[in-house]
This record gives sequence, C-alpha cells and structure tokens, in this order.
Amino acid sequence: MSQDAELGLRDRLARLSGVKLLRGTKLSAELERLERQLERLREDTTDEEIWRSVELARDKNRPYTLDYVERILDDWFELHGDRGRMDDGAIVAGLGSLAGRTVALVGHQKGRDLKENVARNFGMAYPEGYRKATRTMQLADRHGFPLVTLVDTPGAYPGILAEQHGQGGAIARSQALMLRLGIPTVAVVIGEGGSGGAIAIAVADRVLMQENAIYSVISPEGCASILWRTPRRRPRPRRPSSRTRRTASSSG
Amino acid sequence: MPSMSSRQIDVSIEHKHADPERRDGAGHPNTCPSCGSHYRDDELAEHLRVCPQCGYHFPVRAPDRIGQLADAGTFDEEDGELRSADPLDFFDLKPYKERLAEAEVGTGLGDAILTGRVAIDGHPCRIAAMDFSFMGGSMGSVVGERFARACERAAEDHGVVVSVSASGGARMQEGILALMQLPKTVAAVEELHESGGALFSVLAHPTTGGVTASFASLGDVILAEPGALTSFAGPRVVAQTTREKLPDDFGLAESNLRFGHVDAVVPRAELRPTLAQLLRLFGAGS
Repeated sequence: MSQDAELGLRDRLARLSGVKLLRGTKLSAELERLERQLERLREDTTDEEIWRSVELARDKNRPYTLDYVERILDDWFELHGDRGRMDDGAIVAGLGSLAGRTVALVGHQKGRDLKENVARNFGMAYPEGYRKATRTMQLADRHGFPLVTLVDTPGAYPGILAEQHGQGGAIARSQALMLRLGIPTVAVVIGEGGSGGAIAIAVADRVLMQENAIYSVISPEGCASILWRTPRRRPRPRRPSSRTRRTASSSG
Repeated sequence: MPSMSSRQIDVSIEHKHADPERRDGAGHPNTCPSCGSHYRDDELAEHLRVCPQCGYHFPVRAPDRIGQLADAGTFDEEDGELRSADPLDFFDLKPYKERLAEAEVGTGLGDAILTGRVAIDGHPCRIAAMDFSFMGGSMGSVVGERFARACERAAEDHGVVVSVSASGGARMQEGILALMQLPKTVAAVEELHESGGALFSVLAHPTTGGVTASFASLGDVILAEPGALTSFAGPRVVAQTTREKLPDDFGLAESNLRFGHVDAVVPRAELRPTLAQLLRLFGAGS
C-alpha cells in the first residue's frame, strides 16, 4: 500500500513541478508539503519490508532460547515443571553462570521440526509455563540471581485447557511478580514477541529487541481473526499492530 | 501394620519396575528385583548400589548415601543424641519403645534420619539423609527435629541443606506429634529461605506421605532418582480408593517430571556432580 502511495505522490510531484513557474508561492508551499510527505514515506518501511521482518522474526534458522543458553551461559542447570500440573516445554527456565555470576534465565522455546514443535507447542505456553517462569523468578529473587528473559512466542496458547487452567490470571500474576522483583531484570525479544504470552515474561528493568524481531499486541493472523473474523486476510492489518525493533524504539 | 496405616499412608516399598513374581519369591536384598541379577556387597557398593545390568536403583542406607555424596571424611554428625519419647505409650503388634530399640540395634541409627555438616566437592553444606530401613523411614519427632535443626544451623551461615528423603510418611506410632512434624519442617525451610539459604531436595525411593507433603517438596531444586516412587498417597491406596486402574508409571519420578513436580531425574552416578554444580551456582549469586 505504501508503495502505491509513494508512486502516487511522485506522480503528483512530477506534474506539479512542471507547472511550478506558472503560479506563485501557494503552489510551492503545496510542493514543499508533498516533498516532505514523500520524504517521510521513503523513511517509512514498506509493507514488504515489514512483512519481511515478520518472516525473519519467525525464521527457523534464528537462534532460539536454548541456542543462546548454550553460547552465553556456563554450568546450565535446567529447572522443570510448575510444581503443580505439568512441565511446559514452551518455556525453558534454569540457572547458569554468566561472567562468573549465577543468573536465572527464562525464555520461550520453539522447535525446529514437527516433533520438537509438538513438545514445545510452537513456543506457545500454557498457564503452567508462566507458573514455571514465576517460580523460577521467585527462586532468583530469594537468592539474588539477576533475571534474564528471552521472548520468542507467537503468543499465549489459545486452547480450551489453557483457558480452563487459568491462562489470563497466570499471565497477569507473572507481570505483577516481575514488577515487584528486587533483582535486576533484563528482557530481550529474540524473535516473536506476541501478545500476552510475551508480556508475561517481559516486564523487566531493561527491555531490548533484536533487529528483525517483532513485538506486538497480537500476531498478524490473530489480529485478522479478530478484526476480519478470519485468519486468512493475514497481510492486511499488520501495519497497525506489528512493531519492529525500529518502530518500537521510536514509540518508546 | 494396623489397618489405620494401610488406609492413610502407604509405607510399602513395592517397586513398579519389579517383576511381581520375583518380588515375593527371591527376596535377597542383593538380588535385583528388576532383572534378577545377584551381586556381592562390594560389587553393589562399587556401582553405588545401581544394578549394572538394568540400572535398577537399590535402596541406599543413610550412612552409605552420605559416603556416596560427601567428600571423604568431611561428615560431622549433629544432633545424633536425640531419641524419641513414647508419650502415647503406643502399642500396635508390639510396643513402640520395643520397635525403636529393635530399629536402633538393626540399623545402628538413633532414628530414620542422619544429619550433619559435610562438604560436597569442596562446598560446605548441611546434609539430611533419611534411612528407609529404620521403621520405613517414617517421620516422627526426632526426624522432624533433626531436619529442623539442620535448617536452623544452615540458616545461621545462609548455607545450603541437601536432603535425601526415603520415607513411608509420618510415623503412626507418634500420632498427632508425627503430624506436627509437617508444619515444623515446613517452617524450618521457610526460615532457611528467609536467611538466604537454600534446600536441595533429593527424592529417593520411596518418598511418600508426610515427607512429600512437607519439606521434600519445598526444595529450591528438587531432584529424584530414576524409578523412585514419589507421591503423597501410594499407588495401592489410590487404586483402592478410586477403584481405577492406575497408569504403569503412577507416582514414579519420571511421571512426576512430566507433571511438573520435580526439576530433574538424576541417575545415582550423576547425583554428586549435579549437587556440586548446584552448590557452585547458588554460591556464585549476589
């Protein structure tokens, strides 16, 4: 859409510049306005660029949480389970050593093939996953371990069981807990930062985003399904909802 | 055991991996109930009492457990002088006092837990190792008191307590006093946490009843041995109550990992290195 707009503007500019000398200042003011508009459009990312970053954010070859763990932390010890109902594979939690200091790490984990993705539920956590995250945060808080969270999820899992197990409350309580933690916290969006599933572990002192990562109120497909009542009109609503690293930092 | 205990807390050490026919027949303690291999004492000890054929984890006595986990010669027992009173004058098939005396003669222990100061891979900490052969590892006032004191002492220097549980649950013969050991040990762990200390809870076969429902489930990290039964109510009780067929792995460490109750299932040979790693991580905190 923005490319069409750019072409249209260029067209009008070209026509206007042709008659520039015939009329007075009023026209040149109009010309300036159009040029500024064109300038803004050029700076602005195009639809294709934005969709490209959505695809890049979802790329299977991106490092996932455990890839970072392997490269950043020594002495990794993974914690499993919410001590209640289940061990949610979509969220990984554990302790490791970063530059000689023990830190706690919580992150979404996607799979690279079907089997892995079934175990990881495509990085979409159940309430049990957030409860695993919160009990890890509490442990870190008790022992003064700084907390790192890695955000990479299409969103919370829209399933029957997830609702029955109290999805909304689990996400809310995780945020409430993160606000109260006495330890330093850093969240990094390393891929997809989708909706409540992302914010549940992203309420940190410092929130960082990688290039070509996205952070949005909902996935583009989810947005389409709400606004257009069908997930198939995917590409249209992406502009208002998706925040790439660049746009997110400019809007704070 | 009287009917009360079989209805409330299952203290059986029946093993799900075990072949039921062998379980009744060949009862020799050095015969693997899973594959039938037989070992000399020294062979089993050399393999940390894990069957080299099939990986079955034989029960480990508390002193042996400490020997397996601790740096040689570092164990210094504390509160070893504590002995249980018999305020209820309890009598089931024989007097409680007689049972206690027999257990002490049979095991060489004052009660079902051994506590003290220890070092693991150079890291000083407290250990609390339970012994199933002392009255089914049941938790009475002495077990509760020794564990609580270990936590208190660890809390003084913001340290770590490593607990290794193997217990049928609360000790029936001490009645309500046994039940009160649950909140006592829970409070001890809470105070340990408040001091900045940590509890690493190792669940050995079996960890059931009151021990599961108190300190053993409150570890900052919870490890379980492979195949260990770790449930509140044992499989027989649950099956009899619900009249449902239970899954084969009901209550076992592996299923508890799936259901989110334990952090890791750790084979016995990995236990010492894993505890050493945790001590390293928790020691390099703030």
